[in-house]
Parts: sequence; C-alpha cells; structure tokens
Amino acid sequence: MKAPLRELLFPVVAVLAAFFVGGIIVLLIGDNPIETYRLLIGSAFSWPDGVGYTLFYATPLIFTGLAVAVAFRCGLLNIGAEGQLYVAAFAAAWVGIKGGGAGIFLLPLCCVAAVAAGAIWAGIPGLLKARFGSHEVINTIMMNFIAVALVSYFTQYHYKIPGDPILQTAPIDPHGHLARLGAIIPGLPQRIPLNFAFVLALVACGVVYVFLWKTSWGYELRATGSNPLAAEYGGVSVRRQVVLAMAISGGLAGMVGIHEVLGYRHRYYDGFSDNYGFTGIAVALLGRNHPAGVLAAAVLFAILQRGGVPVDAFTQHVSKDIVQILQGLVILFVAAEALFRGPLARKRVKPAVASGMSGTVAEP
Amino acid sequence: MADVFTLSLVFSSIRLATPLVLAALGGLYSERSGVINIALEGLMLAGAFTAAAITHFAGSPWIGLLAAMAAGVAVASIHAVVCIRFKADQVVAGTAINIMFLGLPAVLSAALFLSSGSTPQIPKEQLLPALAAYAPGGLASLRLLTDVSVMSVLAVILGLVTHYVLRHTPFGLRLRAVGENPEAADAAGVRVTRFRYAGVLLSGAFAAAGGAYLSIGQASLFTRNMSAGRGFIALAALIFGKWRPVQTMLACLLFGFAEALTIQMPGVVKLPSGEDIPVQFIQMIPYIVTMVVLAGFIGQSRAPKALGIPYDKEQRV
Repeated sequence: MKAPLRELLFPVVAVLAAFFVGGIIVLLIGDNPIETYRLLIGSAFSWPDGVGYTLFYATPLIFTGLAVAVAFRCGLLNIGAEGQLYVAAFAAAWVGIKGGGAGIFLLPLCCVAAVAAGAIWAGIPGLLKARFGSHEVINTIMMNFIAVALVSYFTQYHYKIPGDPILQTAPIDPHGHLARLGAIIPGLPQRIPLNFAFVLALVACGVVYVFLWKTSWGYELRATGSNPLAAEYGGVSVRRQVVLAMAISGGLAGMVGIHEVLGYRHRYYDGFSDNYGFTGIAVALLGRNHPAGVLAAAVLFAILQRGGVPVDAFTQHVSKDIVQILQGLVILFVAAEALFRGPLARKRVKPAVASGMSGTVAEP
Repeated sequence: MADVFTLSLVFSSIRLATPLVLAALGGLYSERSGVINIALEGLMLAGAFTAAAITHFAGSPWIGLLAAMAAGVAVASIHAVVCIRFKADQVVAGTAINIMFLGLPAVLSAALFLSSGSTPQIPKEQLLPALAAYAPGGLASLRLLTDVSVMSVLAVILGLVTHYVLRHTPFGLRLRAVGENPEAADAAGVRVTRFRYAGVLLSGAFAAAGGAYLSIGQASLFTRNMSAGRGFIALAALIFGKWRPVQTMLACLLFGFAEALTIQMPGVVKLPSGEDIPVQFIQMIPYIVTMVVLAGFIGQSRAPKALGIPYDKEQRV
C-alpha cells in the first residue's frame, strides 16, 4: 500500500477503533451507542450555531495541537500546554488591564505577552532537559500545577474586582478586544463567540508548516527529533534545539490566551481551560504531528466536544466524559501503530486490547 | 517557623508518602523490566475509583483493595499489550491511559451512582484501618498506632520484600536482566516478554493499591482526579531513588514531607511581616521540590539500560 495513503489510513482506523470500543463502553453503561454517537456528532453541523461553535471550540485545540506537534517533531513530549496557556492567558489579561494607554498598540502587545509567557513557561522545562537531562514529561506536568497555583494567586490577591464572587480579573481595556468573526461574515450572528483568533490559528498552521519543512531552522529541529546523535554530528546543537522547540511549542500554546482573553471573555477567568492542553496531545497524535492533520483532528475533537453537551443532557447514563474516554482511546490506538501494519490489507479493526494476531510478522 | 515541625508533621509525612511508595514500587517493577510506565497516574485513579466503588457495595475495604488491584492489573495489561506486543511508544501509550482515566471514572460513577464523578461516602468503619485496630486495648490510644495506617506498614514491608526479591531471587534476577540486556537474557533462555508482562502487571497492582489507599484509606470517597499528579511524583521519586527499592521509599518520604508541609504550614508558618503565606504558594511546594530533585540528581542516576526500548526478537543480531 502506498505510503501517503497508509499515513492517512492510520488515523482513520484509530478513530474507528476508538469509537468501536467507546460504543462497547456505552453499551455496558446501559445506553444505545448509535443514539449516543448520533447526538455526539450531529449537533456540530447546523448553521450558524453548530459550525460556529465547533470552530470556536476547535481554535484552542489547533493551538495546543500545533504546540505538541512541534515539540514532538523535536522528540519532546510537551504535556505542559495546559500550564503554558494559563500563564499566557493571564499575561494577556495583565497587559490588557494595565496597558490602556497604549491605544491601538494594546492588542498586538497583549498578543506578544501571551506568546512570550507561554514560551518562557515551556522554556524552563526545556532548559532543565537540555542542561540536566531531566525528563520533560514530569517537569511540564509539574509546571502545570505550579502555573495553576501561581495564576490563581495573582487573580485572587491582586487582580480580582473586590467583592466579585467569581475568581476572575477585571475586564481588559477595550483596545485589547479581538473582534468576533460575526462582524465580517454575513449570516454569522455576533452572538457566536467565534473570533479572529480562529484566523490566527489557520495562519499558525501555515507558518508552522513553512517553518518546519521549508526553512533550515525547521530542518534542524526535525533532525534533532529524528536522530539527535546524527544531528549533533551534523553540527546542530541538540541542546539549543530542545530549548527552542519547547519555547516555540509554549508560544503556540500561549496563543490560546489570545483566543480566550482577547477574543472571548475579555478578562482572565480562572479555570477557563476545558482540558485544552491534554486534548492537544490527542490532536497532535491523531494529526500525525502535521499542521494539516492537526487542523483536521482539532475540528474532529471540537465536534466531539460540542456533542458532549447534548449527550450529557439527552442520554440516561452517559455523561460528557465519554468524550475524554474517546480521546484517550484514540491516542492509544494511534500509539499502537504496529497493530495496523499486518492486517491492514484486510481492514480488520480490532481493538488493541484483544491480542491474538498470531502469525503476523512485524515489518522492519 | 519552628512551630511547624511537630509530631503531626511526621505522621502526615508518613501518611502522605504511602500512596507514593506503592505507586513508585509499581513503577519500579515495570521499569526494571525495561518498560517505561508513565501511566502510574491513571493506574492510581483506576485503583482509587474501583476501591471506593467496590467498598461501597461490598462493605469491606479489603475486598475493595483486592478489587482495586485487579482493576490495576487489567488496566496495566492494556499498557503491557500496547507496549510489549505492539511495540508502541511507551511514553505515548502511558499518556493515553492517563487521559482516559481523567474521564472514565466519571462516566462509570455517573452510571453507577448517578453522580458527577464522586462515589458515595464510605462510613469510617469500612475504611482501611489504622494500626490501632489491631492493637491490644491498652495500647490502642497511642498516637503511633492511631495515626499510622495499616497500609503504610504494608507499603514499607512490600518495599523491603521488593528489595529482597530483586536481589536474591531468580525471578528478580531475570526481571533485572530483561531490563538491562534483553538480548543476552533471551540468549540465556529467559522469556523476555513474559517477564516484562510480569513487571507491568505488577506495577498495575501496586499503583492501584496506592490509589486505593487514597480513596478508602486517606479519604472516604473517590473524587475526580484525586491523585493530583502523585503518579508523576512517584515516578520522580523512582528516578531520584535510582530505581532501587529502599532509596525510592526514602525519596517518597521526602515528597510526602513536602506535601505534609502544604497541610501543616498554612496558618502556622507566616511571612516575616506576620501575614499568612498565600495558600497557593504552599501548594506549589511538592511540585517545585520534584523539579529541583529531578534536575539535581538525574545525572547521577542510571536507568535500566534497555528502558523504553521495545524488544524485537527479529532484530537480534
């Protein structure tokens, strides 16, 4: 089977396998899988609400998906997107609150703040890995917890409106607002929160593609991921690539802050992230760490996320957590690539749990 | 500042180190056999949920504990098959399990208990007991016995047993061989995959036991994501402890101490100005400690040589 076609087939089979196992779980809890899936997927396609909200949900996932994908291309697993996007969002809000005097420069300033904060937050574990060799998986997870605590502290003690029971900051200066797409797309009402950050996300996909495959810096990053020893031999400083990759990754994750604070709530709202960081991992893996794949996978997950609400409401037992289970299953199946090598010709979709593929020889 | 160093702190440290010890020992079995197990967090959650749910129905914490360990073995078997049989990237597979177990307990508890993620509260008599439950009447009021759980003692015993097993039994020797040099072990007739399966399944049982202690030993119910990163801290302790049982246990005690500080410090230790330290900074302590420890000691730590590399018989030269 041709290589590019096979590349495309893996994610599709993984998703199908995940849905299959998910369906069994739904059956075991006592609901109808067909009904559940119909609810899950159906609500995403109406206009304007379905499409609008789906793309709105997809935007942060595109950013975190790109973030994880870029890190992965350098051989790093960035689990810290969650923490990075929190500090970035807070940074954007902080600049937005304090920088009213900057006028029209406020919006770009806030964006820069978000990206910089995310880059720094990811750069720290990157530095630790480059300098001390400590595993970025554990460090980024630790940074997540530290980020949540830190940002919560600043919000609660310094930037909350006194008397406001909700843990959120004061609103940002109107100059920092990012317009909703409803302002320029006819037929899209302004009440739908889809905003220009979505356009930014699409641009980011393009930029990441060009960076990774059309520039020498991107080449060095990918080389480090493929074979660090060979890259080092070829003159690439692996240590520098590690820090750089993590910083870029964090910057991308930080753009979620632009979407959330500048484009949506116009303030920092504690705990706003609906697991965007972790879902980004699933998105990146499903999208095979390629910007186009990330875009598609992000939209898929957004469809699932949108569908979580009616599933929660209209089924007897299934809650919207089924979405997270499906996501985990998708990653599991994508990870177990070897599963699909042998029987791919016969298109057998067997969950990884059932073993018994006797006789299939693993291809070199 | 000195006010915080009380006996309560000691008992707190022991109590909080217990789930870490169990999870870290689990990680040890897996990693010494050569399979990275990042899924300790998810395994702990699986164990915590199962223990709470089963204890609610069965009325006995011991049945809950056994059920939790069985659940841990079941979940670990997924990791084992994906990593050993299908040679997937072990870190990615472990992460997948962790993500799944952020959501799966909630779905199950919604189905079983119509709740949003927590299990029903379990009455005190049905929780894992403190040592005092086994002490003769006169001694039963001793702080040492009322504040230390049976599980803590079990954890330490298991740690010492692990040390003995790894060092002095044929099983332990083969397990280690499979993690250091699977090719040589294979040539000597040791079934590499079998021992790796054993390592991973054991890690499931242990980590789930650690999780069970969280829900039916320390708390009295399961809440969403109640492990709060402990699986990863256990992993850090394992690395800090150079993948050796006794040193790992001591590392867990250190992290338990860091966590105990987060409980004992608020209100007790104050800033020089007399104000309370904001609770968020205290909460950060265990995580910062983990990072510092990892940075400081990873260089001197030697992982099992074949850790993370799937064993492919056909690639043997």
